[in-house]
Amino acid sequence: MSLNYDSALAIYEPTLGLEVHVELNTKSKMFCGCATEFGAQPNTQTCPVCLGLPGSLPVVNKRAIESSILIGLALNCSIAPFSRFARKNYFYPDMPKNFQTSQYDEPICVNGYLDVDVETDEGNKTFRVEIERVHMEEDTGKSLHVGGATGRIHGADHSLLDYNRAGIPLVEIVTKIVPNTGKYAPLVARAYVATLRDILRALKVSDVKMEQGSLRCDVNLSLSKIGSGKLGTRSETKNVNSLRSVERAVTGEIIRHANRLESGEKIVQETRHFLEESGETRPGRSKEQAEDYRYFPEPDLVPVVPDAKWIEELRKLLPEKPADRRKRLQTAWAVPDKEMNAMVNAELLDTVEQTVLLGADPTKARSWWLGEISRIANDKAVSPTDLMSVKDVAQIIELISKGELTDKLARQVVEGVIAKEGSPSEVIAKRGLKVVSDDSQLMKAIEEAIAAAPETAEKVRGGNIPAAGALIGAVMKLTGGQADAAKVRELLLKHLGQ
Amino acid sequence: MSIKDNAWQMAAALSKNEISAVELANQHYEQIAAVDKDVHAFLYLDKEGALSQAKEVDKKRAAGEKLSPLAGVPLALKDVMTQKDVPTTCGSKILENWRPPYDSTVVTKLKDAGVIILGKTNMDEFAMGSSTENSAYGPTHNPWDLTRIPGGSGGGSSASLAAFEAPLAIGTDTGGSIRQPAAVTGTVGVKPTYGGVSRYGLVAFSSSLDQAGPCARTVLDAALLHQVIAGFDPKDSTSINQAVPDVVAAAKKLDIKGMKIGVVKQLSGDGYQKGVENKFNEAIAELVKLGAEIIEVSCPNFEYALAAYYLIAPSECSSNLARFDSIRFGLRVGDDGVKSAEEVMNLTRQAGFGREVKRRIILGTYALSSGYYDAYYGSAQKVRTLIKQDFDNAFTKCDVLVSPTAPTTAFKIGEKSNDPLAMYLNDIATIPVNMAGIGGMSLPCGLADEDKLPVGFQIMSPAMKDDRMYLVGGALEAALLSKWGKPILDFAPKLAGSK
Repeated sequence: MSLNYDSALAIYEPTLGLEVHVELNTKSKMFCGCATEFGAQPNTQTCPVCLGLPGSLPVVNKRAIESSILIGLALNCSIAPFSRFARKNYFYPDMPKNFQTSQYDEPICVNGYLDVDVETDEGNKTFRVEIERVHMEEDTGKSLHVGGATGRIHGADHSLLDYNRAGIPLVEIVTKIVPNTGKYAPLVARAYVATLRDILRALKVSDVKMEQGSLRCDVNLSLSKIGSGKLGTRSETKNVNSLRSVERAVTGEIIRHANRLESGEKIVQETRHFLEESGETRPGRSKEQAEDYRYFPEPDLVPVVPDAKWIEELRKLLPEKPADRRKRLQTAWAVPDKEMNAMVNAELLDTVEQTVLLGADPTKARSWWLGEISRIANDKAVSPTDLMSVKDVAQIIELISKGELTDKLARQVVEGVIAKEGSPSEVIAKRGLKVVSDDSQLMKAIEEAIAAAPETAEKVRGGNIPAAGALIGAVMKLTGGQADAAKVRELLLKHLGQ
Repeated sequence: MSIKDNAWQMAAALSKNEISAVELANQHYEQIAAVDKDVHAFLYLDKEGALSQAKEVDKKRAAGEKLSPLAGVPLALKDVMTQKDVPTTCGSKILENWRPPYDSTVVTKLKDAGVIILGKTNMDEFAMGSSTENSAYGPTHNPWDLTRIPGGSGGGSSASLAAFEAPLAIGTDTGGSIRQPAAVTGTVGVKPTYGGVSRYGLVAFSSSLDQAGPCARTVLDAALLHQVIAGFDPKDSTSINQAVPDVVAAAKKLDIKGMKIGVVKQLSGDGYQKGVENKFNEAIAELVKLGAEIIEVSCPNFEYALAAYYLIAPSECSSNLARFDSIRFGLRVGDDGVKSAEEVMNLTRQAGFGREVKRRIILGTYALSSGYYDAYYGSAQKVRTLIKQDFDNAFTKCDVLVSPTAPTTAFKIGEKSNDPLAMYLNDIATIPVNMAGIGGMSLPCGLADEDKLPVGFQIMSPAMKDDRMYLVGGALEAALLSKWGKPILDFAPKLAGSK
């Protein structure tokens, strides 16, 4: 018998743990002055320090410390008055010094939390995710294994090394265990990463592009039998590179763990890799013995001792919390929970807000972005903001409210803009999409419509007003949708003596 | 003008145009050509670079530009400091032919001051040793007796001074590598306060202990060089952002009346050669004559210093030396297109590191291992704190502390090379200074009666009070010079071929 998600959760309670690595967007690296730009030619952004050449020494990037403190403050952490870097010793060709300079037992921020909202069967519910620590470290270089079938080191012919990424500042945010999420575990995990990403974006400390690896998530999961009160063995899933993958990885691991446990097998504490295509995980390279990283305090760096005054100054720089902002916008725009969630999940809240800030009606802005534009974006498998600019959408909404476009015409304008025919006004001009409000032109169409359906016209004359709908529709058709429907209705009824 | 002059005398002759920097450099290269086949102080001579540097200084002087006090004076650089495009081996096969793409901060400062860098000097591999026998390129011989060691790890630098191959040298001192070689060659060596001189470009042995410093034949010469290389460096976050104490003025003052000088009880007795103790005591008598007050102080935790040092230094070295992996620079062994990166890394380290280096990497790896960390590295750090406290207590009573620099005079080459523990004991008196991060100087205080070899006198001063050791050292040196009637190196036998 194999368990599915629901039957697994009838027996087991999941416990989550999330580790998020964030590449900071500092101009220079963690311990040297090299540039950090993504996508440069291999090994062009290196120096004696980040190549680990003999004699070179690290110097901490003050901006990275500032960013880390900001992150800690935004996550309600205490900022350590004294923290240190340590060396994590292990050999790997893409790690220039063969040790990683990282914070170990003395991290810069500890004991925080992040509240995340999840849509449950009983409406929106807030889950508190407790943060254990926020610490700083440096990234490694990148290895490219050439000649093997899998792109992995096994079977490869040779490897290429790029040290541009070596020394890029990373912040690792580690949660405490997250218990009692039940069947919402995948959604809580996703909402946590999404909320965290929003916060980091609002803090302007990282590009938070999961697809470029500037935000990377490791998902730890274990199951315990409901009511047993005993934590199970966990697995750690790496390579989870999108919000959707976070959700899928948790779901997949819950099912995998449950089935193993049910068949009497043990869960191995191991690192697993998430597979985008299948949503499953595969075990990472098995380690014959536990790694001993021989941590010790980094003697080349002095302890980080941030001034209390500086911390308070940084606290003042904190932007509005994303959750607070959401609540504020929801109230101001009078949006129901469901629509609000849809906007957040579609990652269009910022876009809608910007459109509103340009003068658009909030409901219209939301329905255009989530409706027509999202639909086309979905078909093309791109993001809505890749298709239209906030400015164009705001302009179209403005033309509708002025009566210069009907909804139907507006859809054609959107289509034209997406087809790169130009700005909304250019598309309107080129396609001749103007609302017809000239009475004589409309009267001609009305008469034509009446002539085509004399019985319907009689009904209206006789007082059956709803019957006018068919005639209005006919007029609209005759004018190619360019007529102002309200005007047509007014003229038609008048003409038929109503 | 003679190559036996002191650096400050050479500087004076240069400024009076009695000699050019090029001529001075050439005279030293002639001496090197004459004696270095026997002494083997140098691993590499950068004649071309040095002479073009000297030409530059002469040109500037002729143009009437204001030059720094040591402009045009030659110097020997310990091969552990990077110098752009000049081989830097650290005495190791693993770095044979490696030419660093950058200058260490010390080298930058030397070049800016117009000091002429003649070449790179021999050393124990990665500065691990007390005799320079651990160099992968063969030992250096003590100019006082070519069958004896010149000290270590900076034996090349000290020997080059004693053999008049250079009037100035740069050393580095992790547990005594500047001071002990100075002691056994009758020269002066100073380990400044930790953080006083930038470590940027000093290939690390033990980061929390390493410190570069000046080596010379007189206290004043050392002070002049100290002034050039010291000072805050934004590239070294452990460097101290404070004004450098005026060590040159201190070296010239010669007045120590009323100074309180502490003799460390624990740094004498068992293991100290009779002749060493005698010369040390005679020097103390000179200090009394100069009006200093001598106080005996006790530093009870010094007895644990050596043991703690041999946990901290190897631990840090095991991590610092991990980067020598054949991938980005240095030696590569066994890269046949079939072997894995890991195998090549192993073969390279096996072939590239010498025995003492391997011994310390293994020691350090073990000491840092999980389950042992607290007992070894953790305890050693606690000892370090206790040693600091001993110094702090002593410095509440005294301005400086003194001791013999090394327990014995220079021993024979090969005598202790198979007995690491006996070798480690050479540093028993110098290690506490590194553990506490304070300053230490060694200057000659005479020749031991039994072997007529130089004895070193160590002066220790509180952190960032380096001027105090120059003050006491300058005064003692002057008193001894007038007592002897000539510099101590004039008592050394003449080297074959030497001028």
